[in-house]
Amino acid sequence: MELTINHFLTVSAILFTIGVVGIFVNRKNIIVILMAIELILLSVNINLVAFSVYSGTIEGQIFAMLVLTVAAAEAAVGLAILVVYFRNRGDIAVESVDLMKG
Amino acid sequence: MELIAFYIFAAIVTVSALAVIMAKNPVHSVLWLILTFFTAAGLFVLIGAEFLAMLLVVVYVGAVAVLFLFVVMMLDVDFVELKQGTLRYWPFAGLIGLAFIAEIALASFARQASTNTSFDASPGADTNTEAIGQVMYTDYFLLFQLAGLILLVAMIGAIVLTLRERPGVKRQNIAKQTSRRREDAIEKVAVEPGRGI
Repeated sequence: MELTINHFLTVSAILFTIGVVGIFVNRKNIIVILMAIELILLSVNINLVAFSVYSGTIEGQIFAMLVLTVAAAEAAVGLAILVVYFRNRGDIAVESVDLMKG
Repeated sequence: MELIAFYIFAAIVTVSALAVIMAKNPVHSVLWLILTFFTAAGLFVLIGAEFLAMLLVVVYVGAVAVLFLFVVMMLDVDFVELKQGTLRYWPFAGLIGLAFIAEIALASFARQASTNTSFDASPGADTNTEAIGQVMYTDYFLLFQLAGLILLVAMIGAIVLTLRERPGVKRQNIAKQTSRRREDAIEKVAVEPGRGI
């Protein structure tokens, strides 16, 4: 048996599912929620690279790079919001996020 | 040989990703996340996308994971309390996860499994990095600049969010310094002998 694209797609699907489950399981801990989002983006990247290499075009890898950029920016802004929230409230329990009464 | 390496990497990715969402201590979660990204970089090398693998190591392990570690260690949060009651989310989360994996499996088994094993990670060039560089600064130049703009906005956003003016901290105010006049700063007092000011 040889290495095919299906192997990579399977890993990507498993990683995506773990990320989604992680968001639901750690509903109180926003730091782990952010990490689960990073896992989901990683699975997207694996998919993009696998298809790019499989189809012999380089565009997918350029796209994966953009996803990487957005993921890094998202982590930076998300953690900054977290720090500000912790400074104002003294804890980061997601359940008590009702400042805006939404 | 490639297949064996793939299975080893895939197993490590799966186990460490599970550990990320199940670890009791968020610091451990971050460390598992680092392992996940490192192993995913291994997968990328296996498929031939070396440049993205190195990028993953530099950006994620070098920057994002360290950022996470910084924040987790800086915030004084009682994580044990946060972890309480997560057990009752598991049935629901498991259901959602099963639904996801079933849908993906359904979609991927509905079509014929591909037997193509000829991968080409560097079309039209000798190396993967060269292939990326050939299109990145020509065809996708605007996209590249947009990525830089996104990073700039994120940087400014993070700084603006976390910057704060504390009362009682002495700062240098250059405008105030240079607009000082002699009349405001110096006062002439005729001191009488023996009495002081």
